[in-house]
Amino acid sequence: MNAPVKGVPVGRAPVEPVSVQRVIVRRVAAPLVRIVALLAVTLAVLVTLLLASGFDASLALQAMVRGAFGSWYAITSATLVRAVPLALTGLAVAIAFRAGLLNIGAEGQLLAGAAASTAMASVLGTSPSAMLVPVVLLAGVVSGACWAGIASWLRQRFGVLEVISTIMLNFVALYVVGWLVRGPLQEPSGFYPQSMPLPRSLQLPALLDGTRLHVGVLLSVGLAAAAWWWLRSTAGGFRLRAVGMNASAAAVSGRVDVARVSMYAFLASGAMAGLAGAVEITGVTYSLYDHSPGYGYTAIAVALLARLNPLGVLGTAVLFGALQAGGNAMQRDAGVPVALVHVVEAVLILLVIAGDRWRGVSGKRAAAA
Amino acid sequence: MITPLDDFLAAAVRTATPLALAALGECVTERGGVINIGLEGAIICGALSATIVAGSVGVTAGFAAGAMAGLLITLLFAIFTVYLRADQIITGTAITLLSLGLTGLIYKSFYGVTGVGLTIPTIGAVEIPLLSRIPLIGRALFSQPVITYALYVLVPLMAWWFTRTHSGLALRAVGESPDAAVAAGVRPRRVQALAVLFGGVMAGLAGSTLVLAQSGTFVENMSAGKGFIAIAIVVLGRWTPFGVAGAALLFGGASALQYLFQSLGWNDVPYQLFLALPYVLTLVVLARASGRAAAPAALARRELTLG
Repeated sequence: MNAPVKGVPVGRAPVEPVSVQRVIVRRVAAPLVRIVALLAVTLAVLVTLLLASGFDASLALQAMVRGAFGSWYAITSATLVRAVPLALTGLAVAIAFRAGLLNIGAEGQLLAGAAASTAMASVLGTSPSAMLVPVVLLAGVVSGACWAGIASWLRQRFGVLEVISTIMLNFVALYVVGWLVRGPLQEPSGFYPQSMPLPRSLQLPALLDGTRLHVGVLLSVGLAAAAWWWLRSTAGGFRLRAVGMNASAAAVSGRVDVARVSMYAFLASGAMAGLAGAVEITGVTYSLYDHSPGYGYTAIAVALLARLNPLGVLGTAVLFGALQAGGNAMQRDAGVPVALVHVVEAVLILLVIAGDRWRGVSGKRAAAA
Repeated sequence: MITPLDDFLAAAVRTATPLALAALGECVTERGGVINIGLEGAIICGALSATIVAGSVGVTAGFAAGAMAGLLITLLFAIFTVYLRADQIITGTAITLLSLGLTGLIYKSFYGVTGVGLTIPTIGAVEIPLLSRIPLIGRALFSQPVITYALYVLVPLMAWWFTRTHSGLALRAVGESPDAAVAAGVRPRRVQALAVLFGGVMAGLAGSTLVLAQSGTFVENMSAGKGFIAIAIVVLGRWTPFGVAGAALLFGGASALQYLFQSLGWNDVPYQLFLALPYVLTLVVLARASGRAAAPAALARRELTLG
């Protein structure tokens, strides 16, 4: 505890001319330190868990690194392919959380998007023009927004806690998909609970030859950059942040229609998650199945670790994409259940919360001293 | 003679039991001003611990282990929310994700990656003489496992405790107005921690019930949102024990409808419709019941007078 030194103003640091060194420290060095710290903590958690559950940690880690980064194919077709839906759903969660909306429903909105784009593709017939790909994606976007719109409406109209409503809608979406792939959208032989694969013309083209990486990756990078710019530099972005930081203050300012901003933020969040579902269908699976890798849940960790910063989401999405790709390899080659990856994700969220609180508490103490 | 209706009512009470256990615990937690979204996690942890211990030791020990697991995972939640004053919703979500992953990991380490064919001894229904002969409701209410009967004692006891005891009033004071509670000599942190941990024990018991009184096996993610449904039940039950018990019965009935329709031969209705029904009902119920002034005033509040 440092007592304030006499004569030094406490409230505000004196304005200094901006030096290049300070900009570098703030903009480059500090984030780099954070990333290295994050990777170190992830590794430590991973090793601890492996040892605690009695697995051969070095064997498992080797399998994991091989599965995630071991080859060009692993990087592009395992890690980055998984990073795309994680980035899009992570953006969905980040936008909602920034607006103070705890949208835990990215999973359901992703499923709604996947189902709608599958349905749209089946409506377009057996040999549609490739020009119709945007229509298929749009169906997913609209459907995801509508699915989120239910929770938004319940919140605005009846005051239903969106945490609970979005989780309930996740389960409903899963059962609706379960019904669709055994009913209206089932493949013609009626044998497997899945839809007919998309015609080749509606599949997203590969970005790099010989890999499974599709052009959806460009979409997620572009949207992350757009969301970052929009939140930071536009009046709409400012209003969204104002509502998220203190909705009542935003309301009494008289310049922000809180209900409207919340609704748009919720719809935008759902649209983004719906797009993730549509991109998965058109870029990766080509068919609708009634099980899901749970990207929409991992997205919460992706967004929180990125501190709800859209550009940061790209980085954490790659981290979690690598974890999941590596986790699958670990299960295959070292017999370690892939559930371990979910434990790592949850522990990382808890560590971030604890770190924030600890800093918050010590910061308050410093201010009080 | 046992009719499909009798079967339906019995299934409704059976399905309602774990929901009621978890919701009564959450009712106490929320009355203390904390909302525990991690309830789902405590349920799945309870279910797995009950499975492991009941399989090797016995059913009673299984219930104890389930309660203990619920307590331990909720202790983590309590440290974060009561002592670090972290956001309750985000912490609860993380606890749920942690529990789902952890149980999947431990389950597979114990029983192999496939894990099929695991069967656990269960507790059977105990028929209460005479009472179980009452037409219509007799078999539903009085031919159930012991854990259901425990609820018949717990619900009135809890209602009495809330309104007629010092500790019950202290709990409610903390949930309504922590400042006033401090002025009255109550220590809010201790009260909240105990309320959260009680909720964890009850959720652990709910998870144990899923395994030891119902399915007789463990399946990954078998809690399937029951923790979140329990939170909705607390809202519908207006934060009172009798209300919560009634609301749990309603949800039990909604889940049991699939058995009724199966026995009536309505097989052309997609079964996913019935599986989705409790979740849709939760949404409808929340829309009807939310936003009225029955919730504890300081629910989910982070700032707390240092007591």
